[in-house]
Amino acid sequence: MIEPDVLVVGGGPAGMNAALAAANAGATVLLVDRFQNLGGQLVKQTHKFFGWAARGAGARGFELAQKWEGEIQNHPRIRTLLGFEVIGAYKDGIWLAADLEDFYKIKPKRVVIATGASERMITFENNDYPGVYGAGAVQTLMNVYGVLPGERYLIVGSGNVGVIVAYQLLQAQAKVEAIIDILPRLGGAYWVHAAKIQRAGVPILLKRTITGVYGEGHVERAETIGVDEKFQPIPGTERTFSVDVVLLAVGLMPLSELLFELGVREYYIPELGGFVPWHDETGRTSHPEIFVAGDVAGIEEATTAALQGRISGLQTALDLGYEVNKDEIDELKMLLTQFRRSSLSEKVCQGLERLHTKGV
Amino acid sequence: MRRITVHPILNFPPKKKVKFIFEGREVEGYEGEPIAAALVANGFYEMRESVNLHRPRGFFCAIGNCSSCLMVVDGKPNIRTCITPLREGMKVEIQKDKGVLK
Repeated sequence: MIEPDVLVVGGGPAGMNAALAAANAGATVLLVDRFQNLGGQLVKQTHKFFGWAARGAGARGFELAQKWEGEIQNHPRIRTLLGFEVIGAYKDGIWLAADLEDFYKIKPKRVVIATGASERMITFENNDYPGVYGAGAVQTLMNVYGVLPGERYLIVGSGNVGVIVAYQLLQAQAKVEAIIDILPRLGGAYWVHAAKIQRAGVPILLKRTITGVYGEGHVERAETIGVDEKFQPIPGTERTFSVDVVLLAVGLMPLSELLFELGVREYYIPELGGFVPWHDETGRTSHPEIFVAGDVAGIEEATTAALQGRISGLQTALDLGYEVNKDEIDELKMLLTQFRRSSLSEKVCQGLERLHTKGV
Repeated sequence: MRRITVHPILNFPPKKKVKFIFEGREVEGYEGEPIAAALVANGFYEMRESVNLHRPRGFFCAIGNCSSCLMVVDGKPNIRTCITPLREGMKVEIQKDKGVLK
């Protein structure tokens, strides 16, 4: 039985920062991740981050992951279990982490759930066919493992992820035939990124959706159609793309199964990506010993995830009687508020407001 | 499919090559990369069949979540090959059923 002060589930930007904050304040931490390495989805981010996380230096995502991973591995109070997955949480406060050979029982005093999110799927003919990928999966394949799964790409969804992946595909010298979006306007992407890929010759086709993919054992072409303002297909606007990969960048949803199992109060808030656990400013859920940070608390991005992780990590240490500078928590909360003032966070702020009007 | 060699930001230094067996043939990949990444790099896209209709399923999420890449590895079914590191001599097969607990 491992008995840490704090169990952190998930080693992405939120989990790494929760572990570091709690451990720096004096708590013992066990950090569990189902991957063999820390960093979560930050390891595939090649674009630069600014502001708090990068300390103004414009570090790239994977560089931030390496920095935090180094701090964790050298930390005397943090133990990591990599390649292990937390598969159960029981009413008596025991948690279970396992791989295929071995398992550990864990009895923590506080838990920070930072499990992140998974990619959404949409309906079209043969959407289960090899060659249809979540956009994040191709990002992982090309940016972490250096493998390009095809040469010609169609991207569905013009949000931040779709546009950034298009740019990264161009960097890897692949051909992006188009980005399509069913909405009449660009999704949540930064204009500067969208302008960049359009200059590079990638058209962004709005009011258009995918109806099917076809080929022999693998995607060889994708069929699309224009839609009207009620999202109904307009006959005569069909367009075929000769592509071998279709990327779905149609949003993410929180990976909150563990919280659901524990009966933590969840609400359906579409602005935050679906069912999200109720939580206060420090990430505390309806279960006073369980905190959430990062995408599992509502879909945002890596900088806000890292800040949320720091805050909940410090709060767990404070709960357990370690000495924590409360000004530091307040300062992090203020940074989080400032970061969310960008117009891209408008939806998130509305979602959080709705979540906070609900009871515990 | 191909391996990226030139990239404006990232470096992909050469790693240790290992041989493994996919569906009876010898295939090469890099040690420690996910089994599914090695298969895609070799142009093999089908990882399992759907249980009822036996449709081909391939790489989808890369985070060990969607079960589209469950394969039989060294005789063990339901291995999430997108997060399982490749080792020399592994025997990798397309999974065609739910797998059996032995």
